[in-house]
Amino acid sequence: MSPDLIVALLAAAVQGAAPILFATLGEILSEKAGVLNLGVEGVMAISAFAAFFVCLQTGSATLGLLAGGLAGSLMCGLHSLVCQVFLGNQVVSGLALTIFGVGLSNYLGTPYVGAGTVGFRQASVPLLAQIPWLGPILFQQDAMVYLGYLAPVAVWFLLNRTSLGLGLRATGEMPAAAAAAGLNPQRLRAFGVMAGGFLCGLGGAYLSLAYTHMWTIGLSGGRGWVAVALVIFAFWRPFRAVVGALLFGGVMAFQLRLQAEGTNIPSSLLLMLPYLLTILALVFSAARAHRAGRNAAAAPAALGVNIEPEG
Amino acid sequence: MKHWLRTIGLAALAAGLLLTGCQKAPEKKADDAKNGELKVGFVYTSPVGDAGYSWAQDQGRKAIEKLPGVKTEFVESVKEGADAERVIENMARSGDQLIFATSFGFMDPTIKVAKDYPNVKFMHCSGFKSAENVDNYFGRMYQARYLTGMVAGLMTKSNIIGYVAAFPIPEVIRGVNAFTLGARSVNPKAQVRVVWTKTWFDPALEKDAAISLLDVGADVITQHQDSAGPMEAAAQRGKYCIGYNSDMSKYAPKSHLTAAVWNWAPMYEAIVKEVRAGSWKGGRALWWGMDKGVVDIAPFGPMVPKAVQDKVNAQKALFQKGEDKVFVGPIKDQAGQVKIPDGVKAEDKDLLGMTWFVEGVVGSIQ
Repeated sequence: MSPDLIVALLAAAVQGAAPILFATLGEILSEKAGVLNLGVEGVMAISAFAAFFVCLQTGSATLGLLAGGLAGSLMCGLHSLVCQVFLGNQVVSGLALTIFGVGLSNYLGTPYVGAGTVGFRQASVPLLAQIPWLGPILFQQDAMVYLGYLAPVAVWFLLNRTSLGLGLRATGEMPAAAAAAGLNPQRLRAFGVMAGGFLCGLGGAYLSLAYTHMWTIGLSGGRGWVAVALVIFAFWRPFRAVVGALLFGGVMAFQLRLQAEGTNIPSSLLLMLPYLLTILALVFSAARAHRAGRNAAAAPAALGVNIEPEG
Repeated sequence: MKHWLRTIGLAALAAGLLLTGCQKAPEKKADDAKNGELKVGFVYTSPVGDAGYSWAQDQGRKAIEKLPGVKTEFVESVKEGADAERVIENMARSGDQLIFATSFGFMDPTIKVAKDYPNVKFMHCSGFKSAENVDNYFGRMYQARYLTGMVAGLMTKSNIIGYVAAFPIPEVIRGVNAFTLGARSVNPKAQVRVVWTKTWFDPALEKDAAISLLDVGADVITQHQDSAGPMEAAAQRGKYCIGYNSDMSKYAPKSHLTAAVWNWAPMYEAIVKEVRAGSWKGGRALWWGMDKGVVDIAPFGPMVPKAVQDKVNAQKALFQKGEDKVFVGPIKDQAGQVKIPDGVKAEDKDLLGMTWFVEGVVGSIQ
């Protein structure tokens, strides 16, 4: 591969990683607060449609972006309602959310299949885009990718440098202790789930506003499930999520380019690579956590456990 | 109170699931049992939308809807499998006398329902099974592919043409081969690079596949999928593209050279006529070509020079006369071995089971 091709490959990897990164960060927030959300795939599907629809109606990509995020929050609000108010099983509710979200986006979106939008186009960052190698890879992207550079920092800061984040993590580890400290674990959980939903929604919005500029059913294409797996791979840490998302986006972009190069490696094998890597990463993470004497990959202790009302 | 709330919540969720799970029911027409009226049903695997395979099928439906005394109905987005059987059976039961099942995956459900409804006539598209009241049918799309390949071969400057391919099945492979033969018939230096996405419709991935082909120097992009993803990629880079299924020029007006398109109207009109006349027979395999107008190419874009158009149109005229030399030997495979000997014309069964690439294709079949 020539240097130009490698730059093109890495730029494509960054773009492919963006939607997965948003969704992974969203799931991290939710899980840190103690709520497992398996509905990411459905949330992304609905958000992709909401973002597309609002962008189509208003002609504003920014409004579309906000609509995608809000749709994600609303969907996850539903999850929060089922798990926190009705004490429903988090796994079941999450799966239902996926089926519901994918189904609803197909239902609402069918009349719009093939319609195009303005969305976000490539917008180079002045000066930075001129840096050899790094410029074309990192700074000749669209606005949402730049937002994606800020998102992990923001999530890290929220979780580790604010009292809100401390409360959030306490709720995910031991809600009773958080309550004893005068916090409101229910409210914190709802915040974590819905703020996470907003990020997942941005991931969905990326698919219909920036990755492609058109609507079709099935746009999420399994990316939500990858995000759920990447949370474990990332040890619930925002910056490791960046690594995971880049790995996945990179392999996907790489297999297409290997084919275009005319190598005779079977494409089935190449298409399998990202999934194989995900499994390997999971096994690796779990093994390392085991050696370090932690529970399987250091999940929040109260993850998946609903807070029972007192009395 | 809590208990009551929970029940309502669960009911709402269940209702939501039901709502999204429901397919659009066949439109029930009033007084459909009018004497002499022919009711025809169509089953599509994807939404009709505004371009693509099912859209092209629906144009055929609209054409026969215009015939006097013909009523049509359609169901879109039908999943291949058990769902399809339910939909097809529903149509047969509600009085449709002729049913077009337009996707490969509807083959077994069609055969199964046909057994229970011997008086209903079934047409299954792109499969290989037939029965007493079932015909299978398709169009010789490879002829249109050959023509679009000629356009690509004449328009390329880098002599690298990119092909975003769906799944490695004979239908797709045949298309790649015909396209390549067409391109090299006018430009022996041309090579066709194939990237498989293993998707029928994932615009994001298909666009990236096209970008990867543009990155290695391709200056004309074509595709097998319905999506406009590859068109968008070519347009953004200022390169050319060739659509498939329907005219895709609206997605990339400055890049769209032409497209290989379906035109089902003549075939569907002929079938309706046969049914009316009582001459329709089951058990046939109908594979119509450009001579009967089932496949065609879309109007040329303004950037295609007159000389190129003339050359392609001359070949098109031969196809229209019924002269089909696309797969006449000598044709070599990628390894340079002669697969179709000099002067021999490949039989239809070989074309329907094609699993090798011709010389000039760069890429692996798996």
